[in-house]
Amino acid sequence: MQIYLPIAEISVNVFLILGMGGGVGFLSGLFGVGGGFLMTPLLIFIGIPPAVAVATEANQIVASSMSGVLAHWRRGNVDFKMGFALLIGGVIGSSFGVWLFALLRGLGHLDLVIKISYVGFLGIIGTLMLIESGRALLRRKQKAPPKRKTHYWMHGLPFKVRFRRSKLYISALLPIAIGIVVGLLAAIMGVGGGFVMVPAMIYLLGMPTSVVVGTSLFQIIFVTANVTVLQSVNTQTVDILLALILLAGGVIGAQFGARAGNKLNGEQLRILLALMVLGVCGTIAFDLIATPLDVFSLGAIGGHS
Amino acid sequence: MTNRFFLPFLAALGLIGFMLPPANAQSQTQPLHQDLVIDLSKSVVEISTGFAGSELLLFGVKNGPGDLVIVIKGPAGDEVVRRKERVAGVWVNKDEVTFTDVPSYYGIASSRPLNMFLNDKAASDNQIGEDKIKIKTKNNNKSAESLAEYHKALIRNKRKIGLYTDKPETISLIGNQLFKTQIRFPANVPVGTYDIKTYLVRDGNISSVDTNLLKVEKIGAEAVIYSFAHRHSLAYGVFAVLMALVTGWLASVFFRKA
Repeated sequence: MQIYLPIAEISVNVFLILGMGGGVGFLSGLFGVGGGFLMTPLLIFIGIPPAVAVATEANQIVASSMSGVLAHWRRGNVDFKMGFALLIGGVIGSSFGVWLFALLRGLGHLDLVIKISYVGFLGIIGTLMLIESGRALLRRKQKAPPKRKTHYWMHGLPFKVRFRRSKLYISALLPIAIGIVVGLLAAIMGVGGGFVMVPAMIYLLGMPTSVVVGTSLFQIIFVTANVTVLQSVNTQTVDILLALILLAGGVIGAQFGARAGNKLNGEQLRILLALMVLGVCGTIAFDLIATPLDVFSLGAIGGHS
Repeated sequence: MTNRFFLPFLAALGLIGFMLPPANAQSQTQPLHQDLVIDLSKSVVEISTGFAGSELLLFGVKNGPGDLVIVIKGPAGDEVVRRKERVAGVWVNKDEVTFTDVPSYYGIASSRPLNMFLNDKAASDNQIGEDKIKIKTKNNNKSAESLAEYHKALIRNKRKIGLYTDKPETISLIGNQLFKTQIRFPANVPVGTYDIKTYLVRDGNISSVDTNLLKVEKIGAEAVIYSFAHRHSLAYGVFAVLMALVTGWLASVFFRKA
């Protein structure tokens, strides 16, 4: 069944979009990430204009994070104080990102920047996660005691705040800085930023794993909501109909994913996620390097200039 | 199917019966205009939720000998053609040319291959054929050769997305006077007013022209969403966020009970 998308201005198969929403939703529920880093490239791949894909995906992530955060909140796995510090940075970063997005689009470099950001971030995060979780798995097998928390330079920063739920006493500047980076990524790459934020919260802030996912989802709601509104105003590229179909599939998939996730252990889950992140990274990297079929391309398709 | 194709012909036949006597009477005052009478199966192409492209039947009557060409042009606008080059192993958009007044859609139909009956000058003057579209560029300092390459790339890429036709559609003639052709619009057809020109060609030159207009527009939910997004973009963004929050919440409630 074909359906015409009013903003993307193309006709797509409803079941294909529903299936993509469901599949990515399942994985996002399983790993506790927004799933944007899979969905945005997929949308571009099936022919949705990149600008529409990025902006619409932000809108969809609002919904998937909302249903995800409620599940974590009921179990008390959300550190609202930490989430609030993160989202202050997130709103700053994403606002700047939407401005940068419009600028790059006009210059014709948007696609390139989106792809390079994907390759760079997914490559680094995927590799780090793979090494870390591989080591953790080995350590567990050897039954060696985990390393004690060490003191870094960042523990000397001012504005120290006690985050009770995370059992941390750190500078508020740290989560704000992480929020800014994640917000910027959300706006440019059409992702929630969970794949950057979750490792940052675990390895940089030292938050307990149990509250990390719920807290990052809480922050992602606000950042992606900010991106949705700003993209609507600045570029008119949010396609409500596309978002609705995606999230219909996505929210259902996410519920099943969350249940499946409870049955796997943390290290295995992280290794799987790391491999998937590296897979997407490799695909996009190949796309950047391989000789295109046509070195010429049209800019403003359909008169959006 | 037979009925759909047959009906316009009945109409056209009725048209001849109706047109012939006055055509003779007015032939002194407007000889050219009466050579050609055409009509469309519809005057508006409506883009609704289930839209997956559309077909348009164009039919008419010509008086006397001659070949036919029909050119359909979508609303004109700017198009940017960018060229990628390899920089440090990565393909990057390096150079660009902006063409102005480019028809967003270009379709053509003819009774025979164009080069068999239309002379080159007449084709150029009337921009009949994709290669005859007059190109204008915005502030560029490219050589003629390089510009021609960009021009070819423009047409090639437009064809790839189905907005320009690779080869002319056939106009079928029934007897000497009746003709019909079918024009296909893809799902990504741009909205706006389309200009349809039918040319009657005799001895290589254009002897008569008839112009029709066709509207392509979004209707129903498509039109409402599009104008909401463009006219009240802040409210649209807030609405999109609320919709997402409610959907997420509903899913969570529903699945907790299930």
